[in-house]
Amino acid sequence: MNRFWCFFFTGAAALAVLFCIVGSGPTYRWWFPGPSISPLGAQIDDLFYLILVITTVTFIGVNAILGYVLWKYGSGKPRRSDFSHGSHTLEVVSSIVTAGVLLFIALYQMDVWYRYRVKSTFDREAVAHPVAEVTARQFEWRIRYPGPGKTLEDTPQPTDLYTVNDLHVPSGKPVLIKLRSEDVLHSFFLPHLRIKQDAVPGLVIPVWFQADKTGIYDLVCAELCGWGHYKMRGQLTAEREDERQSYLKELSKTQFDDGVAEKEKSE
Amino acid sequence: MSTINPTALTTHDHDAGHAHVHYEIGFVRKYIFSTDHKIIGVQFLMTTLLMLLVGGSLALCVRWQLAFPWREMPIIGRLLFSGQGGAISPEFYTMLFTMHATVMIFLVIIPILAGAFGNFLIPLQIGADDMAFPTLNMLSYWFMWPAIGLFGASFFVAGGAAAAGWTSYPTLSALPQAAPGSGAGQTLWLLAVTFIGFSSMMGSINYLTTIINMRAPGLTLFRMPMTIWGMFITAILQAFALPVLTAAGAMMICDRTLGTTFFIPGGLVVNNADPTIGGGQALLWQHLFWFYSHPAVYIMIVPAMGMVSDIISTFSRKPLFGYRPMVYSMAAIAGLGFIVWGHHMFISGMNPALGMTFMVSTMMIALPSAVKTFNWLGTMWGGNLQFTTPMLNAIAFVSMFVVGGLSGIFMAAVPVDIYIHDTYFIVAHFHYVLFGATLFGVFGAIHFWFPKMFGRMMNEPLGKLHFALTFIGFNVTFFPMHLLGVAGFPRRLADPYNYPYLEHLLPLNQVMTYGALLMGFAQLLIIGNFVYSIFRGKKVGRNPWNSNTLEWTAPSPPGHGNFDILPIVYRGPYEYASPLVEEDFLPQTKFLPTEDRHIDPNADPH
Repeated sequence: MNRFWCFFFTGAAALAVLFCIVGSGPTYRWWFPGPSISPLGAQIDDLFYLILVITTVTFIGVNAILGYVLWKYGSGKPRRSDFSHGSHTLEVVSSIVTAGVLLFIALYQMDVWYRYRVKSTFDREAVAHPVAEVTARQFEWRIRYPGPGKTLEDTPQPTDLYTVNDLHVPSGKPVLIKLRSEDVLHSFFLPHLRIKQDAVPGLVIPVWFQADKTGIYDLVCAELCGWGHYKMRGQLTAEREDERQSYLKELSKTQFDDGVAEKEKSE
Repeated sequence: MSTINPTALTTHDHDAGHAHVHYEIGFVRKYIFSTDHKIIGVQFLMTTLLMLLVGGSLALCVRWQLAFPWREMPIIGRLLFSGQGGAISPEFYTMLFTMHATVMIFLVIIPILAGAFGNFLIPLQIGADDMAFPTLNMLSYWFMWPAIGLFGASFFVAGGAAAAGWTSYPTLSALPQAAPGSGAGQTLWLLAVTFIGFSSMMGSINYLTTIINMRAPGLTLFRMPMTIWGMFITAILQAFALPVLTAAGAMMICDRTLGTTFFIPGGLVVNNADPTIGGGQALLWQHLFWFYSHPAVYIMIVPAMGMVSDIISTFSRKPLFGYRPMVYSMAAIAGLGFIVWGHHMFISGMNPALGMTFMVSTMMIALPSAVKTFNWLGTMWGGNLQFTTPMLNAIAFVSMFVVGGLSGIFMAAVPVDIYIHDTYFIVAHFHYVLFGATLFGVFGAIHFWFPKMFGRMMNEPLGKLHFALTFIGFNVTFFPMHLLGVAGFPRRLADPYNYPYLEHLLPLNQVMTYGALLMGFAQLLIIGNFVYSIFRGKKVGRNPWNSNTLEWTAPSPPGHGNFDILPIVYRGPYEYASPLVEEDFLPQTKFLPTEDRHIDPNADPH
């Protein structure tokens, strides 16, 4: 019966590892929603995998030791324990090694964070010409684009274009949006780009990202914003610059169409 | 498990041995408004176990919605939501997870550790006859009830209970028009948390005073069991962190009722109401809240670490590996705990430079946790392991704490946290720490100290069955959450499958819900075992586990005033397998005339 508990604990750990391997595979796809389509996101993935390797090795190591201890010292055979109060040397050595690894992880990550959030590192062109202002409100994303040929101003302009839940950005270059909230906290989450930033009422937060692959991606609200939080779904369309321009033109046409001009022309 | 050390003295001797006069007290003073720390401890234990059932039921409702969204919920659906086909509403869902977390944190984990075991064990393990302030102690229990009442009542006010998450981030929580649950329910929630705060603060002052002033002769600080160190450090954390939460709660109540705007910026149009008037800052709440609630995370685990250290040493029949490093690492966790709160706010919009400093301090707090794990394994290494129910739960604590600790490294790394923040990865992490570690520690502690509480043993086979089922159910429920998090599955969504990239995760969620049901039903075993054993368990003497600490020298259960013989302490709490004695344990109170004060650790055991 004593051996049973050794198998119980080590078996659970082994199953956990097996579960990760099988679950993350192509059959179940319980893993990242595809490879990151942004360069910064790819770096975040790399950091994730680095930590995953370190933690997996630690996890297996600790469980191997636990399994050994339970096997060797839990056999149920009568024995008198070693009378030992610990080892100062072991304690110091293990602490220094652990501290080293942890510090390495912390310092190694700084750069990606720095480039993601510190404004002085942002692409100058993207900062000078933000593509849109995204205002989160219960339970939708309101998007304000500058009119064709204009630059986004802090305050709404008569030429601005508006949509809801449909953010179009040019692909293949860094873009910057200005993130605001009109009511409560929301969070601007682009899982396929590994981008997330809370929208805070009262603040305007610049967020930059770069979608290298054209396509339509989910825009998720990741911060509880009320009863309808779950349905605050938007989409990000990454497209070639010319496609985006024609989209904006189309948008402009619909928005400024008073329903009269066309009719008069046809008459 | 053999029972030695039968009661040497009868209760008659006990009464005669005391100089002060005992007067008869009535039932109400003895069992309800009691000032006896043991009764108060048991009151806390019973209450928190009851609340564990409430919190667990709320969790099962959450799991139902995640596995079978918008399908008729068994029993509850028909009673509450007959108008919508028995499916729960999204606003009710937000209430469910808010109140699940609230109940589990404020009414279960914190009071079961500090309230139940702190109360029961502190005087017994330090050789005192009661707490320093017995009446304050009684009040600390009774201040919990207004909180329970307010939380309960909040379900019945217009709009229902609080639904802004247990973190209650403004402006969702500060503006009544922001959500149904942000009406009167939120105000009641804030008041209830304030009551809990008072309760904890009274306990904290009491524990600090008692531990500092009332230790038995010879019980120096570094002879205290780890449980007492855990309680002591927790009490310090509470004393310094809690006022911040209480103040923040008061500010929020003012925002909600008196028209102040600490947390409300101006010009917000919420739910088409008139624009708000203000000049406050929503992020301020997050700083204040986490300044308390991050240390609170340690309040929720440090006492369990202490109890598990005691249990592991006892059932390894071996001294604790690295006693002082264990104490120092606990102190380090507590100290660093005050400078890591910002890691909850990496993507909140605070100054990014802060993110870097918080990342370094957060990584560093993993170090003392690693030291502790290392020492628990070191304690078992070379021991003579006895797989009793408390020991199994304690090993599970270590095993689950490893998972929770390692997953913490992912979120401490800011860039990775950008992606996994507010996903199920976080949910997995804190359940591994709070349930996997703390609650298994608590289950271990219940089985371990039950004989001291009631003078009877809990049923071992039933205890083991409960442990195995809970362990399996727990891991089936929570381990897959790591993968959900990596898949970008956000928390707190009533219907995550609304997003196409999450649709394929539904079957996995159904498996997890079955795991949760298994875990939920397994708790009936411990409740049955607990109640049955109070009346029918095997009677035991003072020291059924052959343990060293002071509480095992008192009668089981101890009478009023605890000790029939004043304990005098001669050594540390973990002298198992000492070469000085024949048996494999050496109680702290046992006087050895021949004792050499400098014990050679390399001495040949005989």
